[in-house]
Amino acid sequence: MNYVVDILLIAVSAALINNFVLYYFVGICPFIGVSRKVDMAFGMGCAVTFVISIAAFLSWTITTYILKPGAPLSQWVAGMFVSPEMAASIDLTILCYIVYIFAIASSVQFVEMYVRKFFPALYKSFGVFLPLITTNCAILFACLTIMSNVAGVDNPADAWDLGRSLTLAVFGGVGFTIAIVIMAGIREELDLCDIPKPLEGAAITLVVAGILALAFMGFTGVDSGLKKALTPKTSEMVQAQVVRQQDQLATIALSSNPVGMHR
Amino acid sequence: MADAPTPLERFVQGILPENPVYRQVLGLCPTLAVTNGLNAAMTMAAAVAFVLFCANIITSLIRDLLKPHLRIVIFTLTIATFVTIADRFLAAYMYQMSKTLGPYIPLIIVNCLIICRCEVCASKQSPIHAGADALGQSIGFGLALGSIAAVREILGTGMLFGIRVLPEIWPDWVVMVLPPGAFLTLGLLLGAVNWYAMRQQEQ
Repeated sequence: MNYVVDILLIAVSAALINNFVLYYFVGICPFIGVSRKVDMAFGMGCAVTFVISIAAFLSWTITTYILKPGAPLSQWVAGMFVSPEMAASIDLTILCYIVYIFAIASSVQFVEMYVRKFFPALYKSFGVFLPLITTNCAILFACLTIMSNVAGVDNPADAWDLGRSLTLAVFGGVGFTIAIVIMAGIREELDLCDIPKPLEGAAITLVVAGILALAFMGFTGVDSGLKKALTPKTSEMVQAQVVRQQDQLATIALSSNPVGMHR
Repeated sequence: MADAPTPLERFVQGILPENPVYRQVLGLCPTLAVTNGLNAAMTMAAAVAFVLFCANIITSLIRDLLKPHLRIVIFTLTIATFVTIADRFLAAYMYQMSKTLGPYIPLIIVNCLIICRCEVCASKQSPIHAGADALGQSIGFGLALGSIAAVREILGTGMLFGIRVLPEIWPDWVVMVLPPGAFLTLGLLLGAVNWYAMRQQEQ
């Protein structure tokens, strides 16, 4: 039960509350570049969701079995050369950026070949944007979030399993798709409007995105409400929850620092 | 290579005429994410400058060895190496700042600005050109980040570098330091820069 609640919270949080584009500002380039037509935006969203899931699977596997301190595979390899005590202290997390970017680049290559073979029409309409997914921050961001939740936790029992990691990735991708499709819909209408000349193009898109982000801020606090509704609890826990919730709202109101990971 | 830009041209162009943020609209993730305070923005600009400079020089040195279809991977791996250095340096000497910037330091790897400069300049010209280009682009990027951060910090908290500049009576526009403020500020500043450029052209 607890696990299901956890998964649900991660999903809602990744897709709506802490939307990748509108809250963390990752994946802005395609958000502005490919949001002219709704169908193309939807295709881009699907491609990103697909790549992000593969990359998340790879990064979770690599982090858990190779990179994090005391990971089985690296310990086994090192154990062949040095004493077991030394092998247990091996920490390869410093390599994570290089490893992740390599994993992402290769999975994008794979997706590109797959799409070209089976969906030639889609491939044509993507054009230059498919290779550009490699340099889409949203994907690296998902990998880094997973890493900080696998290797960066103090208590090994809190480390995310594959299910949680994949949920974050898939719903992060869904959140990206939602944002980019809404944006494309607005821009299709915007083409018919009389926009001041200097604001045409990227500038008006950013202003619209700001208003969209303002709307998405309305989801703030949905996660704590959802958690309250889903966890059975005693009256003391309810009290504690209310206090925590108030604290959270106060921090949100006062926060001068939306940067940094909240999960 | 007769009409290729000289180092000085590269340097000057990066600052305003080809400003990475306002003219080329590149590298928007850090531009939007870390500009809620000038301190964070300047640290970010310095980190980007370091990575851009080193990556540009290295790419320029190995430009004859690059294979066309593998070059983007080589660029990203070079950049990733220097980002790791910058990230470890910040974590060691500016721990609090590295916590504030969080995932946005590693995200420099996928900053299109750096890959674009490697592709446009460093993979075609000598290290001197590449270095001058990196310096100019970094200054331009720093200026852009600084201007956005200044607007957001003054309107959002009434402070600049953590020092109060507006009177106490100023009602803090909290929205300016939250995510929507970043989009609005950048959009409007971009519009203002476009307007200015158009007026210059007319004259």
